[in-house]
Amino acid sequence: MFEFAKEIRPAVILFMAFTLLTGIAYPLFITGIVQTTMPAKAEGSLIVVDGKIVGSELIGQTFQSPGYFHGRPSYVNYSANGSGASNLGPTSARLMEEVSRRIDQVRHENRLSTDQSLPADLVLASGSGLDPHISRQGAIEQVARVAGARGLTHSAVLALVDQNVEPAMLGILGQERVNVLRLNLALDEATRES
Amino acid sequence: MSMEFVYIALLLGTLIVLALPTGRYIAKVFNGEPTRVTPLFRPFERAFYRMAGVDETREMSWKSYVSALLIFNALGLAAVFLLQELQGFLPLNPQSLGAVRWDTALNTAVSFTTNTNWQSYSGEQTMSHLTQMLGLTVQNFLSAAVGLSAAMAVIRGFTRKNAATLGNFWVDLTRSVLYLLLPLALIWALLFASQGVIQTLGPNVMAHTLEGGEQVISIGPVASQEAIKLLGTNGGGFFNANSAHPFENPTPLTDFLQVLAMLLIAASLPFAFGALVNNPRQGFAIFAAMFILYLMGLGFALWAEGQGSPLLEKLGVADGVNMEGKEVRFGIVPSVLFAQSTTVTSDGAVNSMHDSMMPLAGLVLLFNMVIGEVIFGGVGVGLIGIFFYAIMTMFLAGLMIGRTPELFGKKLEPFEMRMAVIGLLAPSIVLLMLAGLAIVLPQGLFSLNNGGPHALTEILYAFASACGNNGSAFAGLNANTAFYNLTLALAMLVGRFATILPALAIAGSLAAKRIVPANTATFPVASPLFVIMLVGTIIIVGALTFFPVFVLGPILEHLMMQTGRTF
Repeated sequence: MFEFAKEIRPAVILFMAFTLLTGIAYPLFITGIVQTTMPAKAEGSLIVVDGKIVGSELIGQTFQSPGYFHGRPSYVNYSANGSGASNLGPTSARLMEEVSRRIDQVRHENRLSTDQSLPADLVLASGSGLDPHISRQGAIEQVARVAGARGLTHSAVLALVDQNVEPAMLGILGQERVNVLRLNLALDEATRES
Repeated sequence: MSMEFVYIALLLGTLIVLALPTGRYIAKVFNGEPTRVTPLFRPFERAFYRMAGVDETREMSWKSYVSALLIFNALGLAAVFLLQELQGFLPLNPQSLGAVRWDTALNTAVSFTTNTNWQSYSGEQTMSHLTQMLGLTVQNFLSAAVGLSAAMAVIRGFTRKNAATLGNFWVDLTRSVLYLLLPLALIWALLFASQGVIQTLGPNVMAHTLEGGEQVISIGPVASQEAIKLLGTNGGGFFNANSAHPFENPTPLTDFLQVLAMLLIAASLPFAFGALVNNPRQGFAIFAAMFILYLMGLGFALWAEGQGSPLLEKLGVADGVNMEGKEVRFGIVPSVLFAQSTTVTSDGAVNSMHDSMMPLAGLVLLFNMVIGEVIFGGVGVGLIGIFFYAIMTMFLAGLMIGRTPELFGKKLEPFEMRMAVIGLLAPSIVLLMLAGLAIVLPQGLFSLNNGGPHALTEILYAFASACGNNGSAFAGLNANTAFYNLTLALAMLVGRFATILPALAIAGSLAAKRIVPANTATFPVASPLFVIMLVGTIIIVGALTFFPVFVLGPILEHLMMQTGRTF
């Protein structure tokens, strides 16, 4: 016998009890602990310069001027209230056109030869549209341009890149990478000092 | 490259080390045996029973168990739907988001109550904090708890003899949440937060970028939802980009923990089963079959994705590395590892965009889902799925040697076979029919983002994901239309209940049978031979059902990519 009527009371009460426990008590409990023990991380690892929020350490932002290192192409133009990706497949003609155009642009901006291969992260869009990182090689390709635009020496800018490389954790987890916003902040700092 | 294999070995090693004791713990909890943490949780458990008027000693027949399960799901479905429609009038809505469109809301309600977490909406732009917490996070716990409860009832079908009952749904449900899901979620949420996963109830942040622009940054209570999203094999992200979003998955360590979390409970269940039938070797055998299939798929997908794209290489991308849709902090190998793990379980979270993966890597993901997600699988339902295949395997073995098939000491008769075939084939049939419908209707084709064979894969993937209650997507397909919201909701319901209900029916029938003592003619279920036959059955059933459409989709796309064709 299927007995639905008998089970209604426990269903309703347990549902409400679990809703309170897992939907209210649990997230609020976590919020309380995290907000008191690590408030900066809980609020999004925001970076404040001169009292102004300039962004989040974890979230990439648009850089287009020659004096800044550029991040990855973003399908959502780094809009951090609407993450997203191209979702173009491996045989998409549109993807190939876009990549081809970006390759030309990167080679042009950095005065690279037309037969030089580029690191994939510089010309292919990220999954979130907010990737804060590029590869070390992706930064190296831009050093000459940035140094020229800033009037800094090539070696000074290269040293900044290397200072900002985040290594793989324990040598195993994740790949070597550079946080673009952090690097550009360091660059602004160095320019101010020189 | 070698470091990346150390990474995989470390992850899978950690998984096994944690899954063994977790499995034994689960067995004790659902048997009502005391554990070290029982004194901590028992008072809450009793309080819940008292409030709800549950007599924890009352046993349910399989039909009563099904009744309770269905009522509970109906209630959850209604609650999630109403929350979305009313969120504009409710608190914790700092962005003042209005009611969600009805077909999207219905799809989402079905999606989260069936443990699918398919998301046709964009999280940060559609759901208020209250809806995310009270609707979605709650169902992340409860849909996983329902799956776990069903698995426990099915196991009792094997362990009990001459019995009319399978346990008490309310007790199983309560224990799933209090003893397992909630404690693990607390641990994982804090680990995530320590790495930078956000947890706040505030409104969006406005940043002034270095180049003088403005950037609005969405924030919210993410860590708490993230933990259960993975542990409960749910997969519904707070943000549109899911675990590719840096606020959901900021570091390689959180990525490691995410993959571990989605595999943990599902990988523990074979060991729990072994403990419950008092024969750990039977648990090892099932785990071994799952593990072999996992490694085969992972190896193939790593090879396919690691090849890179000849098209990109020709354009000037170094080695043709396919970073489209992937994050730099993860790179190729962790992205493939995540994709493999999210489709073998029913999780469906993504840390890279599956739509942009190499065709043959996409094929592996599809295969993982269409075989019913039995390689570890969803919390509870993965084990149920593997039982269907085990029944099928023993039937085939029985045919070969001309004996009535038995499984774990129970005779398998026509009723069990019929139910197992329904459980295996109903989702596949619905999948192929609905995908076929989408391909011939303008409403189906209108939503496509890609052309050529990839378009077919995009549609196929959507229905495979829905029928498998996975929830990951070839997200280029715009599924937020009335046509896809409704057909996919149907697919999710069939995928969920055409698995759980036949399994409980089988359990009810098996529990009533006596246990046949093992003799020399009994097929040894804890043997390598059984493992090989089980793996073979899974591959054959999956391949026979889907080979034609795989050829037209990912395989054709792979071949055309090699010749330089684009669409």
